[in-house]
Formats: sequence, C-alpha cells, structure tokens
Amino acid sequence: MTENSNQNANVVGGRLSSVEQLRAWDRNAVAEVVEYRGETTIVVPRELLRATAARCRDDASMQFNLLTDATCLDRHPYEPRFEMVYQLVCISRREKLRLKVRLSGKDPAIDSLVPVWPGANWLEREIFDLFGIHFNDHPDLRRIVLPDDWEGYPLRRDYPVEGYRDIPVMPLGFTKTSI
Amino acid sequence: MTTVETAVGQAKTMVLNMGPQHPSTHGVLRIVLELDGETVVKAVPDCGYLHTGIEKSCEDKTYSQAITLTDRMDYLNPLGNNLVYCMAVEKLLDLEVPKRAQYIRVMMVELQRISSHLVWLGTHAIDLGAMSVFLYCFREREEILKIFEMFAGQRMMTSYIRIGGVALQPPAGWRQTIEKFLKYMPSRVDEYESLLTENRIWMGRTKNIGYISAEDAIALSMTGPTIRAAGVAYDNRKLFPYSSYDEFEFDVPTRTDSDCFGRYMIRVAEMRESLKIVRQALDKITDEGAIKTDAPGIVPPQREKMKTEMEALIYHFKIFTEGFSPPAGEAFVTVESPRGELGCFIASDGSPKPLRVHFRSPSYINLQALPKLVEGQLISNVIACIGTIDIVLGEVDR
Repeated sequence: MTENSNQNANVVGGRLSSVEQLRAWDRNAVAEVVEYRGETTIVVPRELLRATAARCRDDASMQFNLLTDATCLDRHPYEPRFEMVYQLVCISRREKLRLKVRLSGKDPAIDSLVPVWPGANWLEREIFDLFGIHFNDHPDLRRIVLPDDWEGYPLRRDYPVEGYRDIPVMPLGFTKTSI
Repeated sequence: MTTVETAVGQAKTMVLNMGPQHPSTHGVLRIVLELDGETVVKAVPDCGYLHTGIEKSCEDKTYSQAITLTDRMDYLNPLGNNLVYCMAVEKLLDLEVPKRAQYIRVMMVELQRISSHLVWLGTHAIDLGAMSVFLYCFREREEILKIFEMFAGQRMMTSYIRIGGVALQPPAGWRQTIEKFLKYMPSRVDEYESLLTENRIWMGRTKNIGYISAEDAIALSMTGPTIRAAGVAYDNRKLFPYSSYDEFEFDVPTRTDSDCFGRYMIRVAEMRESLKIVRQALDKITDEGAIKTDAPGIVPPQREKMKTEMEALIYHFKIFTEGFSPPAGEAFVTVESPRGELGCFIASDGSPKPLRVHFRSPSYINLQALPKLVEGQLISNVIACIGTIDIVLGEVDR
C-alpha cells in the first residue's frame, strides 16, 4: 500500500524536498515517510511535534504558513491506536504536507499546536470533544460540539453509531433496544 | 456580572446571550457577549446546536451511500460537498473522471457558488436593514435552483455528483436555459451593486468594520473571501487546480481593505467570475459523451446493459449491497467552496466502509476568528461581522 520515499526524489525544483530539509534539521524528527497518491506524509515522534511544526512554519525554505486542517483517526483495536493528522500548506510554493503522530490508546495526550498556529484552537477542541485526546498547554480545552455533560467520545471506533442512549420518550414497547 | 474600576467610577460589564435563536446568526449559533455599555469587551462563540454526527454516520455507510449525507452539511453548497467527497474517494481509488463530466461538475459548482453568494448577499443585507436586496437575490437564486431541478430532479439536496462522474445526462433544453440565465444575470449583479455599493447607509454599516490583518487571518487558518479581502490570493481553484479548473480563464479578486465592505466587494466580484467560468464550461461541454467513468464494480452500470448483460446485473447488485473496497490508504482533497477551503480526508482500511471521513469545513474554522473581528466594536456591528464571515451552521457543527 505504501512505499518509502524515493531517494532520487530528494531534490525538487532546485531545492531540497521538505522531507530532506526536516531530516537535515533533526534526524529524529522524520520517523517515517509515506508517499501515497501524490501526497507526502511525515510521521513525527510525539515529543518533537511542536518543534517540527514550528520549524515547518518558520524555516525560510519551507514556509508552511497555513495549518489547514487537523484531525484524528482511530485504528482500534490496533495499537498505537490514534493517529493525529495535520495538513499544512505553503501558499507561496503551492505545496502541501501532512504531519502524522501516532498515539497509544493508554496515554492519548499530545502537545497543543496553538502556540504555533492560533487556528489550531478549535480544531484541537473538536478532536478533544470527539476522540478524547488531551492537548497539553491548550488555552481552552472544552467540549465544542457536544454538551458539556456528554459521556464518552463518539468518534472512537468502539463507540456505537447509535450511541448508548435510548430514545427518551417513546410509546410503550417501542424503545430502541426492543426494535 | 463583573465590576471594574474606571476613571469616572465603577463600571459594570454585562453578559449578553446572543442566540441560539437569533435571526442574524443564520441558524443556531450562540455568542456570549461581554458588554461595556454598547461596546463588546469579549465574545465567545458557542456552537454545536446543530451537531448531527455526519462524520460518524459516514463510517457506517458504504462509500456511495455517504454522498447523500454530504448534501446536508453545507446546505447552501450541496454540490460542492458532493464534489469534494467524490474527489477524495476517486483519489483513493485512483479513478479518472471523463473530461465531459469534469466540465459539468465545474459548471454546476460555479452555479452553486453564485446561488450561495446570492443567499449570503440577501440575508446579509436584510440583517443590516436593506430589505429589498433580499427579494431580488432570491428571485435569481430561484432560477438557479430551477436549473438544478432540471439536472438532478432536486432543488437543493441534489446528490448530482457521484463517484466516477455525475448522476445523469444533462436534460433536454439545458443549454438554452443556461444561455438565458447567462444573458440576464450580469445585469442583475449590477442591479444589486446599484442598490448597495455606493449606498451611504450600507457603507456606514460595513466600511472599516471587522478588520483583520493578513497575518492574523493566516494564523487563524482563515480561507475563502475573508482571506482574499485581506490581500492573500489563496484560491484552491488556482493554487491546486482540480476538475480541469486549469483550463478555465478567470481571475481571483483580492482587496486590501479587509473589512466587511471589502468582503462584500470580493463576493460580488466572484459572482461575475463564476459567470465567466459557467460561460466557458458551456462551450466546453459537448452534446454527446460519457458522464461516468468506465469502472465496473465501482460505478453502477447503465440500465440498458443490465437488461442484456449478466455481469452488469451482478455488478449492480454488488455495488448496492456490499459496496466496493478501495485499497488501504489516506487521501486529503480540497476544493474552493463559496465559504473557503473545503477539505475531505478519507482513510480506508480496505473494507467497503471508510475508516474515517473528516470534513475540513471552512465555516467552522472561519468562525473561530469572530472574536478577533468584533472585540472593541459596537454591538450592532457584531451582526455585520457574523454576516460577513458567511457561516452555515449545518457545516459548522456537521
């Protein structure tokens, strides 16, 4: 399904590819590179995420200034269970890059990217709300689309699509569990 | 209630709940405003009243079933939602769409952009007290919805764009209908402008209100007309062309004033650009040709074939019972919706149902900047600022 990055494709358009730039900056930041359908994904260790993201934004030859999306996916029952996915865009060079961090289900916590991009605020709140990932140093980590007293994290794979609740008021004999 | 010491004595700030049932929030958005007199000290948007769990529902449907759910996300841009979802699935499958279908898609999506901007203009104007513009805008929007009904049999929830192409051949007489629309629409856009652009009240309510700098807009991940009004020419149709947009000639209007008035001017200019694109698409779409790619097992076979060929019938049955399974992998596709960058991230684990479907909804992310726009402004300007971001709550909450 995936192939590792081609060593001959290191130089793109007269400059080192962004993967090589990152590798030159810190060897440990690039744990794995996945090329699939023309999209580049860099798997970053959890501890280095914020530094790597800041480097991607600030380095003059990368300039990934727009964090367009952040989301999470759950590979339950496999471990590491969660994958945090960040989509970066460099507007001036028309380039896209995806950062990915794998998180274990036992300790789903990661550094917040709000210090790097203020726009990460609501994206991370949504992930906290629906996946239960904890973001360290997030300024306002509250549920955003669900009520504050909601139990569980609905977008996890072990949460049933119908939820756990019965339909509140139904005629006798027509509760959801009996259908 | 909080009390603060000021130069003239004790002043109190008041907390006011705006919404969720407020006509100018265009749906169910609640904003908690902290006011000092009439000035906004702090604004905290509170969304989620319309959360329907569309992303979760997608995980329980086969790839082609989920198209109907995407219609219901941004209900002013259902075709754009169909497009981004189908393009993401097509990318996972590595599927090529026939040129003719791509042009039809472009034409439909651009008509949708005009209709969405018309709803925006009408409701934004009515919020700011210009009643008549609303009536004119909805008159033309009705014509666009009639075109959609002609093509898809549905006015709003069209589900017209499908995986591998579009659902139906263009109907008889479609060319004349769109020609007619293209003939009168430019003068109608002039008409809206003559009602608003140099109107003193309109200028007073929108100029120098809701300013945001380009740096702040990028840092807050804003996209669409809001960022283009700040001078950043970020448009997915130009930067990352999809669906043959690179074959069309059009401009990306930008401004530098970055206030409510600038965003209004951007959207009006975009309507004119969209008309140019529809015109070109009309010339590019041939009268005959395929509207779906030939991919047995993924794209449903033609009705006639099913009556004569056994394989076609089997494929039809398989597609609608168990679906199809893209190879395991991930794809992220972005398109330019009327509100900004609309993205779709799909992860497949090789089964007929997606592992994860995520929509990067521009309304949700742009709404995040609302406090930045309104803090320090008068409360009446909050309404102008909400309107100018152009949110659709169905997409904010999904």
